[in-house]
Parts: sequence; structure tokens; C-alpha cells
Amino acid sequence: MSTAALADTSALTGRSLRHVLRSPDTIITTAVTPVALMLLFVYVLGGAIDTGSGESYVDYMLPGILLITIASGVAYTSYRLFLDLQGGIVDRFQSMPIARSSVLWAHVLTSVLATIVSVAIVIGVALLIGFRTGASVGAWLGVAGILVLFTSALTWLAVIAGLSAKTVDGASAFSYPLIFLPFVSSAFVPTETMPGPVAWFAENQPVTSIVDTVRALFAQQPVGADIWVALAWLVGILAVAYGLAVARYRRRVR
Amino acid sequence: MTTDQTQAPAIRVRGVEKSFGDLHVLRGVDLDVRAGSILALLGSNGAGKTTLVRILSTLLSADAGTVTVQGFDVATQAADVRRTISLTGQFAAVDEVLTGRENLVLVARLRHLKNPGAVADDLLARFSLTDAGDRRAGTYSGGMRRRLDIAMSLIGDPPVIVLDEPTTGLDPQSRIEVWQTVRALAAGGTTVLLTTQYLEEAEQLADRIAILHDGTILQNGTLAELKQLLPPATVEYVEKQPTLEDVFLALVTEAPTSTRKEA
Repeated sequence: MSTAALADTSALTGRSLRHVLRSPDTIITTAVTPVALMLLFVYVLGGAIDTGSGESYVDYMLPGILLITIASGVAYTSYRLFLDLQGGIVDRFQSMPIARSSVLWAHVLTSVLATIVSVAIVIGVALLIGFRTGASVGAWLGVAGILVLFTSALTWLAVIAGLSAKTVDGASAFSYPLIFLPFVSSAFVPTETMPGPVAWFAENQPVTSIVDTVRALFAQQPVGADIWVALAWLVGILAVAYGLAVARYRRRVR
Repeated sequence: MTTDQTQAPAIRVRGVEKSFGDLHVLRGVDLDVRAGSILALLGSNGAGKTTLVRILSTLLSADAGTVTVQGFDVATQAADVRRTISLTGQFAAVDEVLTGRENLVLVARLRHLKNPGAVADDLLARFSLTDAGDRRAGTYSGGMRRRLDIAMSLIGDPPVIVLDEPTTGLDPQSRIEVWQTVRALAAGGTTVLLTTQYLEEAEQLADRIAILHDGTILQNGTLAELKQLLPPATVEYVEKQPTLEDVFLALVTEAPTSTRKEA
């Protein structure tokens, strides 16, 4: 990116971060649902779930909860992008001599930053209710890297949704299946307990490999081949979503 | 102002066509706007004014024809056109979550000006928005918002300004304020293309008036030239009644200024 493009992106990122700061409820509501789910699973359902791993249930399910947090956070990105397009501010920006892609990148960076805050809140609550890890700095960085990659991939999907939506509700509806996906994975119960076809789906969808990798990093266990499967999924989704989003944006704003 | 025939027009539109599916919005538009003049583009709703404005400001590409702004082709030199032209009005929004000042600073940063804060303060003062500068634009009245919108489009001193229905939805006082701003712009040498559906606005402001109808420019001339298209005026004696607007403006402008509120 050229210096001018970086300057434009940073000016526009500052703008959408102000939007987030002036409606902090978006960060809080992003964190509230995952926290409620976490309490429900740990204190109501968790007692009956046998993960067979011997670790405490909150340790077992936190990775899945973090993915749910991210999936609900990116819904606000498509919402904000949709409102910008509809309100005409994107037209104003695009009629000015700015780097063409900076409007999208500003939304993506804002999404990643806001999601990091929500994820930190959820991890904070998890620590309060007994989540413990002896993970090294390196392992934490690994977790952070995977979560940021997951957020970026989902954010570019959110950009496609925001660009394609016809209504405000449509703009955020795309995130419901993403929020639901961790439930049919190894996030809350071991996949071996599921009936054949469901177990097959759970084993082979991206969330399971990501959850297993993050869980292994937190538990200081070898990540094995899972991390490569997870990275392949993440980079693949990111590349495809980015390509589609940019193509769609060019068609839409010229 | 004398017509300088040697000067190339600031905006030159030739044979522009645009369709959306089966809907032929523009069917061969030809239009020139002389540098430093105000041209009013008149047309009813759906006549294609906004489509033409979007093509001029590089937001939409034409199906056929050419458009140049200060000599730059909108299709092949879009970046130069964007440096030259500024868009305001109907669909170029202000950011309602940001304050008035933040809106101006943002545009100044996007135009890569040296001292965005000073540019913003200067414009706030010029448009009587200094007191409201730190309030969110979402709380502004219609008139204040339109002034902010115009102020945003002046940043970087673009030589050509497009005002898309700048007074739609404004009360009479705010409308007169916008008119004064537009006259001051043209007096300073800026070329103004104004779209409007209010005939009076065209009469008040424009050096030339172009009428867009059914996708082509039906007529283009000065007010006097357009008036000659109709049979010569006959003299009739009618009692001069003040219009409601005369009454309204007389009442509100005579009230002491201290009690007038902008809300």
C-alpha cells in the first residue's frame, strides 16, 4: 500500500472507531451472549457433560465460546458497512481522491480491533469463573494469531454480506449460521458422542480444527496436524472472502 | 460577466447515455458549464438529474458519450476528476455520529491537507457553525447540516462544485442562506452545477438554466432567453397580494435576532 492509501485508511479507521466508541453497547452486546452461554454451559449443562479429557469444563469450552464471540462481533461490521452505503457517506468518500480500497480496509481494521476488546472481556469473565492455563507467551501468541486470523476471515465474509444486503436485518443475518457452527463441532462436547453423519460433519468443518488447536495451546499440549488443517481453512476462507468482497465492491462503487 | 468564448467549459458533456436495464434514463445529453458560472439543471423527479451528477462525479459510468471536467475525462482520468470536483447535497451525506468539526477534519485529512484542524476551524467560522462545532452532526437542524455539507465540499478549494438539490427540505430562511453561499462561491470563481426542482431557485441563482426532460436537454439558455420561448407578455392589471413566503419572511426577519433560534 502507498503512503497515501495508508493515510486514507487510518483517517477512515479513526472515523469508524469513533462510531464504536460512541456506541459501546456494540462491544458489550457482542460479549454478553457468549458470556451468558458460558455461564449456562459451565453451571447448568456442564456438570452432565463428560469430555473425557479430565480438564475443567470451562477450560474445555472456552475456545468455542471465543469463536462465538468473534462471529457475533463481525455482524456489526456488515451492519455498519450497510448503513454507510445506504446513508450516502460512501458516495461522498468515493467522489473524493482517496485510495479506492481504504473504505473497506477501515471497516476491516475496526472490526478486528473491536472484536479483540470483546474477546478480552470474555476471557476476563472466564478467568473469574475458574479458567486456568499455564500457556507460555509463545502459546498465547499462537492463540492470538489464530483468533485474529479467524476474525479477519469472518470480517471479509461480513463485508460481502454488508455489500450485498438489501435491508439492515439482512446485513447481520449472515452471522447466525456462523454463531451456530461451533455447536456442531468439538467446541462443547466430544464429536465421538454424536451420531455418524453429524459426527462426520463436525469432524470435517473448520471450527473443530480451530477449537482443537486453541484448546491444545491453552493446555500446553502438542497441536499436531490440527493446526495445519485450521490454518488451511482460515487462509482459504480469508482469501476467497477477500477476493469476492473486493470484486463485489468494485462492481458496486466502480 | 462577459462570455469568454476562448475559454474551454469547466464541464463538458457530449452524447451521454445511461440505461438501467430497460429504463433509458439519459438518451444523449449535451451540456456545457462555463468556468466560474452557475448552471441550474432543472428537471422533475426521475428526470435523470442525479444519474447525470453521479456520472460527473465518477460514481457511475456512462454507457455512451464523453464527459470532461476541467479537461479531465471522467472515464479515463477519474482520479484527476475527483481532485477537481466536489459533490454535495442530496446523497453526499455528513457523518451523523461525528461532530461537525470531526466531519471537516476527516475530509481535510482525506484530501491530505497540511493542517486539518485549522482548516476545520476556519470553515466552522465561515459557516457560522463554531458554537455547534463540537456537537454531533446528527443533532443539527436541516439548515446547519446543509451548511456543514457545503463546508465539507469546499475543503481543498475544488474549482468545480456540484450541488445536488441543495435546498430540498429546507425552510425559507435556510434556503436563502444556502443561496447566499452559492453566490459567494461563484463570485470567488468556482464553477457551480446545481440541480433543482424549484424553478424559483434557478431564477434566483443561475447564469444559465438547462432543462432535463425525458433523458435529453430540452432547452439551455439564460432566463431571458428561456422567457422569449413563450409568446410576448401581455399587460394585465392585478392587485399585488403578498405571498405567504413574503409574510413569513417579513415576520421572522423583523423579530429581534437575539430571540431567533437555530433548531
